[in-house]
Amino acid sequence: MTPTTTWYLVLAAMLFGVGVVGLMIRRNPLVMFMCIELMLNAVNLSFVAFAQAFTDISGQTAVFFVMVVAAAEVVVGLGIIIAILRRRPGTTIDDLAELKG
Amino acid sequence: MELLVFVLASVMVLAGAIGVIAYNNPVHAALGLVLTLFGIAVHFVSMEAHFLAAVQVIVYAGAIVVLFLFVIMLLGVDRAEDLSVEPFQIQRPLAVIVGVAISGLVIAAVVRGRSTLGEQLKSGVPGDDNIRELARSLFSDNVFAFELTSVLLIVAVVGTVVLTRRQRGGASK
Repeated sequence: MTPTTTWYLVLAAMLFGVGVVGLMIRRNPLVMFMCIELMLNAVNLSFVAFAQAFTDISGQTAVFFVMVVAAAEVVVGLGIIIAILRRRPGTTIDDLAELKG
Repeated sequence: MELLVFVLASVMVLAGAIGVIAYNNPVHAALGLVLTLFGIAVHFVSMEAHFLAAVQVIVYAGAIVVLFLFVIMLLGVDRAEDLSVEPFQIQRPLAVIVGVAISGLVIAAVVRGRSTLGEQLKSGVPGDDNIRELARSLFSDNVFAFELTSVLLIVAVVGTVVLTRRQRGGASK
C-alpha cells in the first residue's frame, strides 16, 4: 500500500485547517504569522502533489514563487510588528483596532 | 517503506502544527513550526521534488524561522500569552467549527474528485533532472515573473529598513 495523491491532498487540507484555527484563536501577532506560514505550506504541499500527479513541473515552479513571496511577506510583516510593538510593548491583536473604520 | 515515511512525516507535520497553535511560549511555537517545515520537506523528497525540499529547509527552516526567533528575542520572550484566558467565550468553539468545516469541505471535494487523479503516484524524473526541468520552466516560461520577484525582494528589504529605522536625534515619533 503506497501513498497516493489523495492522501497528500487530505494531509494538506488538515494542515490548512489547523492553520485557520490557529489564526482565529491566537492573539499574539507573531504566532498568527506562524499560522499563516502553516497555511502557505499546506498549499505548497498540494501544489507539489498535483505536479507529481500530472507530471507537470509548473506546480513546482508555483511553489518556488510562493516561497519567495512568503519570505518577502514575513520580512515586511515582522518589520511592521516590530514598529508597532516597539512603541507599545505587550500589545495583542485586540489592542490594534485603531484602524477600524 | 513509502507508507512508513508518509505516516511518520505526516505525524511530524500535524504534531508541529498543533504545537504552533497550542504552546503558550512563542519560542516553542517557532520550534513546532520547524518540525512542520521539516515534515513538509520530507514529503517533498518522497514526491521527487528534491530542489524544493532543499529550498524548504534552507529558506523556511533556516531563514524564516530564524527571523521569527530574532524578532522574539528583540521583543522579549517574557510575554508568553496566557491561553487559559479567553475574552470572547464563543470564539474558540466557533474557530474550531470553522476550521473543521473548511478541512472537511476540502477533504470531501478531494475524495469525490479522486477518480480524476489516478490512483498510483507516477514516479517523477529522478535526481538532477528535477532541478533541470524546474530551471527550464523557471527561466523560459516564467522568466518575467522570476525577474519581478527580485524587484519584490529589493522592495521588501528597503521597506523593512525604512519601517524599523529609529529616528536619528529626537525620540522616535
